[in-house]
Amino acid sequence: MKNFTGKVLFLDRADINTDEIIPAKYLSENTRQSLKPYLFEDMNLKGFNNKKDIQGKSIIITRENFGCGSSREHAPWALEENGINLVIAPSFARIFKRNMFNCGMMAVELSPEIISSFFSIFSKRETGIETLFDESSFILKSGDIEESVNFEISEFDRALVTAGGWVDYADSRY
Amino acid sequence: MGKTIAEKIFESHIVDNPCDDIYVIRLDAVFCHEITTPIAINDLVARGKDRIFDPSRIKAVIDHVSPAKDSKTAVQGKVLREWVRRHNIKDFFDIGRNGVCHAIFPEKGFARPGFTIIMGDSHTCTYGAFGAFAAGVGTTDLEVGLLKGVCAFNYPKTIKINVNGKIPSGVYAKDIILSVIGRIGVNGATNNVIEFAGPVVDTLSMDARMTLCNMAVEAGATCGICAPDLTTVEYLWGYIKDEYKTKQAALDAFKKFCPDSDAVYEKIIEHDVSKLEPMVTFGYRPDNVKPVREMEGTKIDQVYIGSCTNGRIEDLRIAAEILRGKRISDSLRGIVSPATPGIYRQALDEGIISIFLEAGFCVTNPTCGACLGMSNGVLAEGEACASTTNRNFIGRMGKGGMVHLMSPATAAATALAGYITNSTLYTGR
Repeated sequence: MKNFTGKVLFLDRADINTDEIIPAKYLSENTRQSLKPYLFEDMNLKGFNNKKDIQGKSIIITRENFGCGSSREHAPWALEENGINLVIAPSFARIFKRNMFNCGMMAVELSPEIISSFFSIFSKRETGIETLFDESSFILKSGDIEESVNFEISEFDRALVTAGGWVDYADSRY
Repeated sequence: MGKTIAEKIFESHIVDNPCDDIYVIRLDAVFCHEITTPIAINDLVARGKDRIFDPSRIKAVIDHVSPAKDSKTAVQGKVLREWVRRHNIKDFFDIGRNGVCHAIFPEKGFARPGFTIIMGDSHTCTYGAFGAFAAGVGTTDLEVGLLKGVCAFNYPKTIKINVNGKIPSGVYAKDIILSVIGRIGVNGATNNVIEFAGPVVDTLSMDARMTLCNMAVEAGATCGICAPDLTTVEYLWGYIKDEYKTKQAALDAFKKFCPDSDAVYEKIIEHDVSKLEPMVTFGYRPDNVKPVREMEGTKIDQVYIGSCTNGRIEDLRIAAEILRGKRISDSLRGIVSPATPGIYRQALDEGIISIFLEAGFCVTNPTCGACLGMSNGVLAEGEACASTTNRNFIGRMGKGGMVHLMSPATAAATALAGYITNSTLYTGR
């Protein structure tokens, strides 16, 4: 199972699309590793620096409809290559969410209110998340501040995360 | 309880219900192109699973960068080409016989009412125009589709959009879908199928229905879908006449994929187009939509007519009617890419290609190219393109470029004027 614990990158905008996560011109790359430097290269977010801001981050907290647009699985791969295996948002585009779990990564939905409170409490501070996968909970920590929240994912998605992805799961069953 | 089109198709294809609301369904077709498939092929090979479920149900094309522009895209073509040969996949469209996937696969009769289809491409929702359940997927879903002929989905919920009224002159399917996306937003149909219905959809050609369904994903939809009718049968007739004695027999058979009158929808939206004006996008989101009138005069550097949204013969005819006998503005360049060799040939026969050439357009071969900023018309920083494509995301057609989505009619009029303008300026209608 992949790592879902680490420092948080806050992206305060809804509808971040997969062209922003990884521009189409890199779709001719033939290895996942070569996507690494281009994550969020065309990100449309004031003050965001894709080279500096993702350094050392393992988890993204963002707003509604993350990953809309193109079906490219290069988006989760570019995240994974940068050590990011978990995205938390109020909602995701369908294909992006499937791609994440199919790769054994996680796209977890929390209510807009909880996400908003995380933004107001944590987004200006260095924040870490500890993921307790079996208990379905996240513990957010920043200095003395600590918040715990439960999350829900389907049994199917849980099986994919545990199995490390959909290919082996499907090949053994169908 | 009645069922929607998507529910009927879905239920006739269920293989497994591993848990919750997740269903594994059997696929009638898996389509492939050279951008997302080679990486799936390489992964299957690396896993020791270089197999496919059925060569007759897999169709492949090279379309995104055609012909190859550099060594990397050449390798993508090579991986796909070697794989189709190795697995005896007969329906492969290589350079010269290739077209934009969502134009050439329908043209070859591969999208049928009641089919389940996946492809590693978000605009796979286009095939819903034929009354198919067709969804874009990522590489891993594609791998499993190729290997086992199955895919996992949530049980489909449907939003029905009744397109009512009478389409005003100068307004086209592209304007309708832009107005729908502007109304419901880029997240308005996420995890839903959009069923397009109503008197206006009934009168639309298959080309126009494909334009509608193509952009369903821009509102987040899994698939856009139209009930099959006589228009669908007429379009497919050359491919299905051996299966059905008469068109009526085909129509009767397809009736089972039409929605029940008491089908239950997540939401029903009445969308009247009687007063609709030509529409255009103004920002970096497909739901940033305004009437062309409000963007009148916006300076444009490039006009692009083509793509899986609007590169079909009807689109080229509409544009050519406006361009006939005129020259485009010296202040911009125009590019037209007929979406398939069949469309290209038809446009040649009808004199449409001559009209574009005489107007000063660059006529390129069928390819996705410029739409996603890969080749054949990438923008420079600070440039703006009037485009018949489907996405205006930041950087989409080239870093620092702006894309204004619009109909072929508006694009043609804009090419003549040098700035965004309504086609009525030239047609007088």
